[in-house]
Amino acid sequence: MIAAHLPALQVVIPLLAAPICAMLRRGSHAWAWTMVVSWAMPVIAFAILLQVLEGGTISYWLGSWEPPWGIEYRIDTVNAFVLVLVSVIGAVVMPYARASLEREMPADRQVWYYTMYLLCLAGLLGMAATGDAFNVFVFMEIASLSSYVLIALGRDRRALVAAYQYLIVGTIGATFYVIGVGFLYVMTGTLNIADLAERLPLVENQRPVLIALTFLIVGLSLKLALFPLHFWLPGAYAYAPSVATAFLAASATKVAIYLILRFFFTVFGGSYPLAGLGVPLVWIALSLAAIVLPSITAIYEKDVKRMLALSSVAQIGYITLGIGLLSEAGLTGSIVHLLNHGLMKGALFLLVGGIAYSKGAVTVDRIAGMARRMPLTFAGFVVAGLSMVGVPGTVGFVSKWYLVLAAIERGWWWLAILVVASSVLSLVYMGRLVEASYFRPSAPDSTDDQEMPRSMLASAWVLVAACVYFGLDTDLTVRVAAQAARTLLGTP
Amino acid sequence: MTASILLPPALPLFLGAALLTIARGRLRAAVMLLAPLVALAMVWLVPDTNAGITGFLGYDLIIVRGDRLSRWFGTVFAIMAFAGGLFALNQESRLEAVAAQVYAGGALGVVFAGDLLTTFVFWEIMALASTVVVWSAGGASRAAGFRYLLIHLLGGVLLMIGSAGEAQATGSLAFNVMAPDTAARWLILAGFLINAGAPPLSAWIPDAYPQSSYSGMVVLSAFTTKTAVYVLLRGFPGAEVLIWVGLYMVFYGIVYAILENDMRRILAYSIVNQVGFMVAGIGIGTELALNGAASHAFAHIVYKALLLMSAGSVLYMTGKSKCTELGGLFRSMPLTAISGIVGALAISAFPLTSGFVTKSMISDAAGQERLMLVWFLLAAGSAGVFLHAGIKFPWFVFFQRDSGLRPSDPPVNMRAAMLLFSFLCILLGVAPGVLYRWLPFGASYEPYTADHVVTQLQLLLFSGLAFFMLLGLLRRTPTVTLDFDWLYRRAGVALASGVTRAAHVAWRNFAAGMRGMVDEILSGISILARRGILARAQDSGTMAMVAVAMLAVYLVVEFVR
Repeated sequence: MIAAHLPALQVVIPLLAAPICAMLRRGSHAWAWTMVVSWAMPVIAFAILLQVLEGGTISYWLGSWEPPWGIEYRIDTVNAFVLVLVSVIGAVVMPYARASLEREMPADRQVWYYTMYLLCLAGLLGMAATGDAFNVFVFMEIASLSSYVLIALGRDRRALVAAYQYLIVGTIGATFYVIGVGFLYVMTGTLNIADLAERLPLVENQRPVLIALTFLIVGLSLKLALFPLHFWLPGAYAYAPSVATAFLAASATKVAIYLILRFFFTVFGGSYPLAGLGVPLVWIALSLAAIVLPSITAIYEKDVKRMLALSSVAQIGYITLGIGLLSEAGLTGSIVHLLNHGLMKGALFLLVGGIAYSKGAVTVDRIAGMARRMPLTFAGFVVAGLSMVGVPGTVGFVSKWYLVLAAIERGWWWLAILVVASSVLSLVYMGRLVEASYFRPSAPDSTDDQEMPRSMLASAWVLVAACVYFGLDTDLTVRVAAQAARTLLGTP
Repeated sequence: MTASILLPPALPLFLGAALLTIARGRLRAAVMLLAPLVALAMVWLVPDTNAGITGFLGYDLIIVRGDRLSRWFGTVFAIMAFAGGLFALNQESRLEAVAAQVYAGGALGVVFAGDLLTTFVFWEIMALASTVVVWSAGGASRAAGFRYLLIHLLGGVLLMIGSAGEAQATGSLAFNVMAPDTAARWLILAGFLINAGAPPLSAWIPDAYPQSSYSGMVVLSAFTTKTAVYVLLRGFPGAEVLIWVGLYMVFYGIVYAILENDMRRILAYSIVNQVGFMVAGIGIGTELALNGAASHAFAHIVYKALLLMSAGSVLYMTGKSKCTELGGLFRSMPLTAISGIVGALAISAFPLTSGFVTKSMISDAAGQERLMLVWFLLAAGSAGVFLHAGIKFPWFVFFQRDSGLRPSDPPVNMRAAMLLFSFLCILLGVAPGVLYRWLPFGASYEPYTADHVVTQLQLLLFSGLAFFMLLGLLRRTPTVTLDFDWLYRRAGVALASGVTRAAHVAWRNFAAGMRGMVDEILSGISILARRGILARAQDSGTMAMVAVAMLAVYLVVEFVR
């Protein structure tokens, strides 16, 4: 009975939990409540994924209104996978949040943090679950507005500026998105995504449809921080509370990428084969720029959080590159990298947060020699860093392997070489941290550094271990990702 | 089923390396010696089958594949790891000891890997570990080690892309004989050849190896280039291009070794030269030639390590490695001198040494295949080997004029390592049957025919004569920058070395030009990255403008197609 309502529960539970959380007066109560709610999310998400894998696409009619008039939650392998990603990350960071936030903000603000966190979670899950293009916009606003607050709660005052900038850019992105949806609505008279896909062939080759596509691409590119629309991201990630950074980096941009997948393939894929439009070429060119240029900047960046944020822009480039290749191997690589990057970047941001726990701002110079006093933290750093470089045996390798296969499939050897050679850049910037923390002598003022609290370390190490586990046992992740890719391409 | 739980022979070395990070004193010595011996035992316990199969990304990975070829290389690698450890017992650098064991473990991993991906993983482990071996010498090794690392990472990239292409085309990652007939396979071949020291990137060997410590170079000389020989034997036997690549390497090594003054750089060039013989043998591709390449690799590891132990002992005891600063050391370092001479005789393929029973298989195979030009060049190359490594190294270091230095022989463990390998060099030469029993390919060979012995002695005699006739010339120009054209014309390798030299000069100019350009670009990028548009926090207005610009770009590509 309840199984049939899982898609709604996935979104409604955190949405309703948020106002309740706001009424709790103490940070620890709010934390406990949020913990319970956020750990229920992956349970529901996995149940949905199993349902989808066994019984195919789920169509849930909200309030029993029949689509396309009512709002439909439509879940196939692709968004079931995204729901799992977002909810798992959302749950894993929770044990970490308590100690970390107690250090970073006063008790009354913690309550607001958890409230906004639940709203953000609801928004992201809603964006992924819904099958209605306008409903996506609503949830996008919920997720964005709450994430502006999450970022602004950072203890560095620059967090305010960063949040403000993100607000402006994010609003432009959301506006472009809704303009795009508006054009589609004018042309087809529907907002239901599945319905849109059916009706678009009727208005083939009409300019407003292409303009809609353009607005959707640029709007979502802003949200997912595709080069050169990524400028909001380093600041936002660098100054937000540590746990918020880890959560947003691992989930928020990923949901925007999911929407790109949805529009590129489900909505436009059938009637407007993108390959004929020249869009993929621009998309691939931007992805390559995203992979190379921010990585070079990251090599010179002194602030470790900013460095990791720049690296996120580069990693997003790998994901979008796979999308631009428009093939099953490319999409498999992209989709599996959604998860893989979430795991490794989540782990890295949590670990950096653990260093910031005792240090405040974390720069390359300040971590000199710290590995001796924080062995677990830096061991995790090395493992997650190797994963980012793409060493075999870690998740990073799996994603790159599929991207390389996809490039070779197209006969683009240069691209394959570029993809692999670009890992050398991440080797350089991650290697710099390892060199500083392991081989350089300690700074004189740092003798009392110690490991972060166990609850925080546990969260971080769960993700680190996942980087290795899913790097070795690729059956689950790659199988689901490949099936999602086939779903998008409409091949059996 | 028992086969599938079989442990890879690399394992004890990796465990040993882990132990070495904390072990001290006797325990350290025990680990350095025992881990390779356990590995040697495990090499011989691997059955002739594929084992350790595991699924990954839908491919079958074969972590352990046992056959004659793997066992052949595995044996010599394990022996080498043992002797290298013995020789390095008094090496103080903990880092080097750890890295050397990982490095040897990586080499064993490669020779037992049954698929391209496993090969790639161990390949990269070797690249990183060997870089650390270079680095652990400190000082000037840093820059050289970095150049070394970059070249090997490049090789790794080529190998991985090639493997992916192979998987794409065939659906399998199995590593078996393949002809270079697709782009993917050419990339794999290129990746392999980079580690073999093939042109145009031969220079990493003499660039990086001599920067390592006295003990580091001993292990470095054995693994990287010889795993490359192994994978070429496994993957590309009979690929004709390898004949010419190999011959180029033979003469490249000779010319530069003759010009060189530093004893360890001489021996480094000589690695290129010797691997050239093996690569050429693989290119010829008959069973005899392949046996020749494999057994020459075996013998070469032993005698080259012996030569480098001898040179390393000199360096360890005197701190000098330039020929012009050394000389006359045979008086006070008799054992080191004898070991050096045994190694030199073996590398020159003197009868009753290991080189004699292995190298001529390759040139005989060339003769059987009626490849007269190849045969002739190989013979000329053999004469050149005697000239640069066989006489030049021992003569200038241990004899020549008296330098006045009176160092004693090195400590007991280093003497023991040299004795062990001297013994092996002679044993294999006197009783080649020990070796031939286990040859990986079918063909058999009889080295001690009157014809062969006489030919080889004549060859050695005349090149020895040439050396001492030219000695005056060499002595007058000890830094060896002038007059060498006369020398190589007489040595009969004019054409090859002329081309080599021209190519080298051209390459150097080209490289200098490229480096200048790259520096310009890099500094431009770094300025951009640090101060410019990429790093500056953009104000919101700029971001909005960029968004509008992107809008325009997409509209243009959509409507103007």
